[in-house]
Amino acid sequence: MNLNRRSLLQLSAASAALGLTGLPARAAIDELVIAFNVDLPSWDPTTGPSAVNPTIQGLYQSVFDQFILQQPDLKPAPGLLTDWGWSDDKKTVHMTVRDGVTWHDGSPFTAEDVAWSLTRAADEKTGNPIQFIWSTLANIKADGNKVTADVARFEPTIFKWMYFLTGYVLPKAYYEKVGAEGFEAAPIGTGPYKVEKFERGAYVRLQANANYWGGKPDFETVTIKFVTDPAARVAEVESGNSHVTLEMPYEEYDRLKGTLNGVAHPISDIGMIFLNDIDVMLDPNVRKAAVVAIDKQTIITRLLSGYGVPIDTLETPDYDAYDASIKTPYDPDAAVKLLAASGYSVDKPVKFTIQTTKGFKPKDYEMIQAIVGLWRKVGIEATIETYEIAKHYELRAADKLAPAAFYNWGNSVGDPTTSTGFAMFGPSPHSVWDSQDLIDKIGPLWGEPDEAKRIQGWKDVDRYIAENAYVIPLLQYVQPILSVAGVVVTPHASGALLPHLMKRA
Amino acid sequence: MRLIKAILLRLVTTAVTLFGVALIVFFVIRVVPGNPIAMMLPPGATDADVARLTALYGLDKSIPTQFLIWSTGVLRGDFGVSITNRQPVLALVLDHLPATLELSALALFIAVFLGGTAALIGTRLRGTRVEAAIDVGNGMALSVPDFLWGLVLILLFGVLMPLFQISGRITPSLTLPFSTNFYLVESVVRLRFDLTRDLLSHMIMPAMGLAIPLAAIISQLLKQSLKEVMHLDYVALARTKGYGETHVILREALPNAVLPTLTLVGVQFTFLIGGTVIIERLFSFEGLGNMAIDAVINRDLPLIQGIVILFAVIFTAVNLLVDLCYAAFNPRLRHG
Repeated sequence: MNLNRRSLLQLSAASAALGLTGLPARAAIDELVIAFNVDLPSWDPTTGPSAVNPTIQGLYQSVFDQFILQQPDLKPAPGLLTDWGWSDDKKTVHMTVRDGVTWHDGSPFTAEDVAWSLTRAADEKTGNPIQFIWSTLANIKADGNKVTADVARFEPTIFKWMYFLTGYVLPKAYYEKVGAEGFEAAPIGTGPYKVEKFERGAYVRLQANANYWGGKPDFETVTIKFVTDPAARVAEVESGNSHVTLEMPYEEYDRLKGTLNGVAHPISDIGMIFLNDIDVMLDPNVRKAAVVAIDKQTIITRLLSGYGVPIDTLETPDYDAYDASIKTPYDPDAAVKLLAASGYSVDKPVKFTIQTTKGFKPKDYEMIQAIVGLWRKVGIEATIETYEIAKHYELRAADKLAPAAFYNWGNSVGDPTTSTGFAMFGPSPHSVWDSQDLIDKIGPLWGEPDEAKRIQGWKDVDRYIAENAYVIPLLQYVQPILSVAGVVVTPHASGALLPHLMKRA
Repeated sequence: MRLIKAILLRLVTTAVTLFGVALIVFFVIRVVPGNPIAMMLPPGATDADVARLTALYGLDKSIPTQFLIWSTGVLRGDFGVSITNRQPVLALVLDHLPATLELSALALFIAVFLGGTAALIGTRLRGTRVEAAIDVGNGMALSVPDFLWGLVLILLFGVLMPLFQISGRITPSLTLPFSTNFYLVESVVRLRFDLTRDLLSHMIMPAMGLAIPLAAIISQLLKQSLKEVMHLDYVALARTKGYGETHVILREALPNAVLPTLTLVGVQFTFLIGGTVIIERLFSFEGLGNMAIDAVINRDLPLIQGIVILFAVIFTAVNLLVDLCYAAFNPRLRHG
């Protein structure tokens, strides 16, 4: 499509004459406009599929506070709870609630709200998908600014869940007054922004909460437009219609980061290949060869324009149980030897199917194509089968995945139970490798009360998994964010795009 | 009397069609891979948690039982509750339908205008370079799918020359006085032309994306029909009476040539509504199509069912309307 100078000028003149544009000026930003990559289906952050969708959490955290604040580096900090912990015998928990906080309707936030939110989350009738964690607390009581509860079952990560999925504090009195439907229509929280207007499937318009306990946000008004198409998101920010956007192709990010502000920051999502304990994967030589035959760094450099961090366990450097000494380096010669020991070669390759999504994550299909190419060189012939992410979930829950299956795993609290634990523990419906040796190693760690011992235990499990090649960790993803001049974006390692962390330049 | 009988018969067949669609959709979306409960399972969920959530959404019953419960509800006007949106399906669908209808109607208007004009000009200047240029233009318009036209329009009029808005239906900062979701219609009725202009600024590009291929089809068919009619005796008679070529085309040839195009427009309108699925997604237009994609991605079974049933109702209603219009325009059908 060629445009000459004359046609450009003619169309510009037509634009002025028609006066149709009404587009925001690039210079002054009165109202921050964000082109967001997903829609917001529901305003209840504790029930339904939205509650466990990691991408939506940024929207929820703009309006609601979690029990405990999570900082951009994933570390916890005092939020609505200023203090928390277990009793010495680990049979009760105690929490202290921040004073002077108000809900968006002006009513005071109290310890009753915290106790009610925890009790509601543990009630299976509300449909909280994380109910199995919240139900480990019982007999939750508020007294003054203190909340206490009995430990029904010791869950070492309970306080981490308080800044993870469904860990939000909702207003007891308001919710009981308006009900679930009324809350959907007019949600209130204690968060940095109030909901001013919400058009389902289109946008949400937020007004700064002047009484926010963490300080009033820089931008008084924020409009978050739901622009699910990456090309349209890039066009939004390139045209000046929006000031900030995220999750665009890395090539587009590189093209635009010279003219716009670009931030590309590693987040807590990882790419991995599940190995299933079936067929040829029962042969350790095949698994180990499949691991060392992958040149992760080259794949990241060539396919992801360098945006990614190679990983050798399911822990990223931000996670609590990360151990830099666990390595599975690229070694195609070793792969050839391992396969030869099992009778396989380039001429007589081992064959299996690898499943992958296509377009669900950046260059997912292309990465698997590259991996299959690398495997072919050492004597592995893998057939690629693509599927939708919904099918992956169903197959994984039924333990019917192919011998190898690409997936991405999010773990924004960085605890090993929510990465290695749930991904690799046989009885979990999310695990794919279900061998008894691993179950025996992981089992005792779930209730380990000694934190240092628990973390070391998970490091040992990660080393054992790497040595036996029960899974193929690939990379930690990098999230690209573009913003116009005048807006400084602070990235959050959880991947949540938070307007209240955006400042005027 | 015959017409009324035909309409009644058509209504009965429509009801049977809708039941068939409902039955097929209900069973198919439960058989294809991807179950909504698996989609919302958090890390660490146990089999008991899976069973609890499955029961909570009524998916623990047999498919025929689920169908019976659902169809009984539908007859009472209850299409169930969306799993992801946690809102009644009927309300969600009816909220989003006006946006899609307005977009489709605007696209149809543009397509008829562009296609009709091109056909008339092509016929008037037949045998000249202008006709050849129109044929080439039609070929180009047809060979590029609507979503690609959408991308081209975004690049041209969204980025290079930002004439129009790239996403959404209306500027969020505007205060809306509307009492229905037919924003465009209501803005005109209320004489709020500032809002009309803003709405059009959002709708022009997606509507153009939908309209361009359809305009080419209309242009080709109408031009062909006009060509055939132009050789008939009554047109020759009109010429011998001394009428000018433009008068002959518009007053004599067009009324007879337009009938096949009218049928086509009716049929294409239903396809146009179907085409909004991709275009609405591209332009983040808050219509039914955009919602349909989210519903499929999230395996929101009640919402998928509601949207498909509504699409089926629209398709059959439009077809019925076209048949009635055809009968009204065509004397042979009107008088038997």
